[in-house]
Amino acid sequence: MVRPGTVVAALLLAALALVPALAGAFGEPYYVRLFTRILVFALAALGLNLVLGYGAMVSFGHAMYIGIGAYAVGMLSAGGVASGWAHLGVALLAGGAIAALVGAICLRTSGMAFIMITLAFAQMLYFLAVSLREYGGDDGLRIATPSDFGGVDLADANTLYYVAFGVLLAVLFAFWRLIDSRFGMVLRGCKGNARRMAALGFPTLRYQLAAYVISALVCVLAGVLLANLTKFVAPSYMAWTVSGELIVMAVLGGLGTLLGPVVGAAALLLLEEGLTSLKLGVPWLDELLNQHWLAVIGLFILLVVLVLRRGLYGWLAAPQARKP
Amino acid sequence: MSGGLQVEGLVKRFGGLLATDHLSMSLAGGEIHAVIGPNGAGKTTLINQLGGEITPDAGRIVFDGRDITHQPPWRRALAGIGRSYQITSVFADFTVLQNLCLAVQAHAGHSFRFWGRAAGQRRLREPAEAALQRVGLQARAATRVAELAHGERRQLEIAMTLAGGATLLLLDEPMAGMSHAESEQVVALLASLKGEHTVLLVEHDMDAVFSLADRITVLVYGSALASGTPDEIRSNDAVRDAYLGQQEDV
Repeated sequence: MVRPGTVVAALLLAALALVPALAGAFGEPYYVRLFTRILVFALAALGLNLVLGYGAMVSFGHAMYIGIGAYAVGMLSAGGVASGWAHLGVALLAGGAIAALVGAICLRTSGMAFIMITLAFAQMLYFLAVSLREYGGDDGLRIATPSDFGGVDLADANTLYYVAFGVLLAVLFAFWRLIDSRFGMVLRGCKGNARRMAALGFPTLRYQLAAYVISALVCVLAGVLLANLTKFVAPSYMAWTVSGELIVMAVLGGLGTLLGPVVGAAALLLLEEGLTSLKLGVPWLDELLNQHWLAVIGLFILLVVLVLRRGLYGWLAAPQARKP
Repeated sequence: MSGGLQVEGLVKRFGGLLATDHLSMSLAGGEIHAVIGPNGAGKTTLINQLGGEITPDAGRIVFDGRDITHQPPWRRALAGIGRSYQITSVFADFTVLQNLCLAVQAHAGHSFRFWGRAAGQRRLREPAEAALQRVGLQARAATRVAELAHGERRQLEIAMTLAGGATLLLLDEPMAGMSHAESEQVVALLASLKGEHTVLLVEHDMDAVFSLADRITVLVYGSALASGTPDEIRSNDAVRDAYLGQQEDV
């Protein structure tokens, strides 16, 4: 029997694969860029979900890793290094090293302290970026040339879309394997009861740290893609509000579900897009919605969290599942 | 046989309270050693120090001839100390078999394996299924723990220490909240462990304690009031005054 989750996943991924073709057919190339943005944030939320959903580590600073990825592209490009492999390598190395250090410190704490200390590190990096005058400081930095991956031209919108889609698929597949692997079982066990895991004989800290670094690296990848999409990088990429949005995406889609973050990112960004440009033909209502779209999104999130509990994807994938 | 434990001059203070007061005791390999005492005598504090979750202020803990006083819990677990908790803390989102596989996995090398499904691995399944059989929960293998009855969860707790291959089991009130039939099952299970595993049993069910234990240590205000065979403890006047006197059925 095919589970409803599999059907939903297949439909969703097939729809995403068709976006450039549909946008081309309808003569609306703008939608390719919009959906590339969705894919990039889906990727970042997916990374966050590994620690947040499967490991119950509430990181409020994951935008920092998007920033690291984006700044690696921006700074190298400004320095005359165009090679995409160099961009990627530097981004992953820097992101991995920082994540290992930050994680090793943050994971000494838990609960509220963990949330606050991850936020503190992200804010430190944010203000470091603001202070980088030669890289635009507060105003950010234009990226003249995208990452050069030889034959793959990221300046082409459709190519960039398919690259982002491919990366997302690869990470989804890797996570799908990971969550049922030995490592995944340890991570999920730590979510349930880290103390008990230690009593069973697991040195929990090193597994949690590994998960934190993997999750950060996925966000770094998202940052590299984002810089190539916007051809721009600014400290605002790692503002704490972005970290918050990533959490909202993961929660909205369904914490601890594989595709939840993808659904959550799509729902949030499409809603934002839809509400700001909505034209119902009723002037006062249009104006109200276009101006106060954040309030509508807030209500929507409230509704999903209170009514669905397991998020949009959790609800789609297992409507009959028992409430925990 | 292995699994022997020596505790020498153990001291633990919580502020002004002396929870463990220069306690010395020893467990021979393969014996069931019960620790009894009134509430607040420091029984769980003792188990927490043996398991490594609390570090003693003074004294030594020696397991299998090695000083483990300052080892973290996971190292002690790998050395062969398994524990169950007073409050059931098995993993509610996993099935019974997954819980047991996780216990086996802790002792099956490192877990930096990101690809293969853990559930399909025979090296994890076979010891897990053996432990399941041992406690008689085979029929519940695929059940999510959240759906188990209280008594079954407690049995699973014990099965998890067995699945981990522990030689010393620290059992903190394994029969608490069980029906009479369920605790009889656990008594039979623990009796069958005698000689194979060393067991430190903290339990309030005196029928179970006196039928199972090879030796009993009576803990009062953190120190050992008496230690000996069940018969010696039963006829000890100091123990009668301090503790057993309050229990009508002994």
